[in-house]
Amino acid sequence: MIEGEALPQPPGLRAWLLVTAPASAWQARLGRWFRAWTSFRRNGLGIAGLAIVLALVVMAIAAPLIASPEAVTQQALAARLQPASWAHPFGTDELGRDIFARIVFGARITLTIVFLVAAIVVPIGLCIGLPAGYLGGAVDAVLMRVTDIFLAFPRLILALAFAAALGPGIENVVIAIALTAWPPYARLARAETLTWRRAEFVLAAEIQGASSLRILRTQILPLCLPSVIVRLTLDMAGIIVTAAGLGFLGLGAQPPAPEWGAMVSTGRQVLLDQWWVATIPGLAIFIVSLGFNLLGDGLRDASDARGG
Amino acid sequence: MSATGAAGLAGATGGDRLRVAGSILRRIAGVFVSVVLTFLGLTCVTFVIGRVVPIDPVLAIVGDHASDEVYQRVRAEIGLDLPIYAQYGRYLVKVLHGDFGTSVITSRPVLEDLLRVFPATIELSALALVIGIALGIPAGVIAAAHRGRWQDQLIRFASLLGYSMPVFWLGLVGLLLFYAKLGWVAGPGRVDTGFDDIVEPVTGLLTIDSLLAGETGVFWNALGHIVLPASILGYLSLAYVARMTRSFMLGQLGQEYILAAMAKGLSPARIIWVHALGNIWVQLVTVIALTFGSLLEGAVLTETVFAWPGLGLYMKNSLYNADLNAVLGGTILVGTVYILLNMLSDLTYPLVDPRARRTA
Repeated sequence: MIEGEALPQPPGLRAWLLVTAPASAWQARLGRWFRAWTSFRRNGLGIAGLAIVLALVVMAIAAPLIASPEAVTQQALAARLQPASWAHPFGTDELGRDIFARIVFGARITLTIVFLVAAIVVPIGLCIGLPAGYLGGAVDAVLMRVTDIFLAFPRLILALAFAAALGPGIENVVIAIALTAWPPYARLARAETLTWRRAEFVLAAEIQGASSLRILRTQILPLCLPSVIVRLTLDMAGIIVTAAGLGFLGLGAQPPAPEWGAMVSTGRQVLLDQWWVATIPGLAIFIVSLGFNLLGDGLRDASDARGG
Repeated sequence: MSATGAAGLAGATGGDRLRVAGSILRRIAGVFVSVVLTFLGLTCVTFVIGRVVPIDPVLAIVGDHASDEVYQRVRAEIGLDLPIYAQYGRYLVKVLHGDFGTSVITSRPVLEDLLRVFPATIELSALALVIGIALGIPAGVIAAAHRGRWQDQLIRFASLLGYSMPVFWLGLVGLLLFYAKLGWVAGPGRVDTGFDDIVEPVTGLLTIDSLLAGETGVFWNALGHIVLPASILGYLSLAYVARMTRSFMLGQLGQEYILAAMAKGLSPARIIWVHALGNIWVQLVTVIALTFGSLLEGAVLTETVFAWPGLGLYMKNSLYNADLNAVLGGTILVGTVYILLNMLSDLTYPLVDPRARRTA
């Protein structure tokens, strides 16, 4: 820190971010983000993925500005199954509802599912993986055995059985996916913890008398988060496709909610004559899942480059 | 998956036959224990699912007009007055005897139904797997050999597309394009109705049965039906197989023995396709097993789209009719096959890889 103050500071935000001796933890953190961004920025496909994901988020937040909320459920049987036009950019479905409006508002459902699954899966994975890696021994053996058991479960089928028992609905789709999606995070957190367990700063904290919980929370958890985030981004696509699959089977959000998978399912009846009813919501699922995959790939490449 | 083998006898020499045999036995025992535990876990989950259903199973049998006495007697008969672990024990014994209860829709034992529909799923998944392997492994090898160049980019992008596509949507688009618009393939279903029940099932795989019976008409018709769903599933598994093959190959190509082979003057083709590829078969076995597992579970969606009369369609129909016995029976069947595939890939390690055989 003293050296940092002694050195002449080159002006400019970029230099402030890239300084080798940051004056505060806050500056160091921003600088780390900036370095990750500079290495990520060079990846064209990754940027495309980021753009798709951002577009999805904006679409979900600003949905009422893009399309009218009434159009989502408003039926107009006289205008059913219309092809694309200025009034209905993606045509209308079998009840005359505007497909464009339903796609726009469907983004909210998709994002809700993804967000809730992430909010459940990451804490569970960390709560199991961190102690397993740090404490080792019997704790590790038991926790990892449980993880292995869940890892060997067929995800979609189990989610299906859960949803079948609990009844259809978004909450149950979230629970079903979360219950089968956490094991990789536990493994990842454990592997990361193992690499840091014997690090000097952890030993220093131990000598100072910090409790295991405190060490995990303040020393090890922050180091695990980047790889967890990369993994989560890559998983998002799978979660979206699984959720859409459950929606397609009629187990997700119930009508008239504009869930993309369910929209594909109802469009099946008119597939051969009015192709857009089924294919356009499917295209939306595909583009969003592609976006998350591209973004995750880019993030992984960037973090690999940083790691060596 | 189990670390018992790897941690074993790294320094075993050729003479220590006994110790090597012991370590292999220990490895097999380890795999066996994990299979049993996973199976117990699976049945635990299906047991819990069966219990949380908001339907009173006693009421479902006696109806809501039954007297309290009858209610209590039936409750005791189906074992609901026992402690929960005893109920699970009874459930486990039933499952191990293949007793999944009776299907509400077909009013046949669930196991009978499952065995009847499962071959159709196996037929579709196996063909898809063959397509996925036959194209995915070469694609992955080529991508790794041309790392960073257009071949790599192309294959990487194609597999990323496959990764991102919802299978049910791709199936619908495929039907729309190749069946409705172009007429290249036959539509949904396994054969045209006119060809139903001509061939007596022997293996349960219609394409093979029809050939065995010499019914070429049925064979070509069945082939026309299976080619589209199998290609679509094959593409999706190709995406995974190619991606994994590429990363395994990159791991090999960076090693010194490749450099040594190049210094010796071997042709690049030989180094890549014989030396490097030869060393990743072990890892590929695991990938193939996992791909097959994911094909089986993905069957629920594909079979719904293609009206393919297999396990997936059966489970979906049971789901719609709240036939929980059938759904849970299907779950246990797919889960068990899944667990066994995992076990198989763990056990084939020492068979395919001489290094694992010698040192494990």
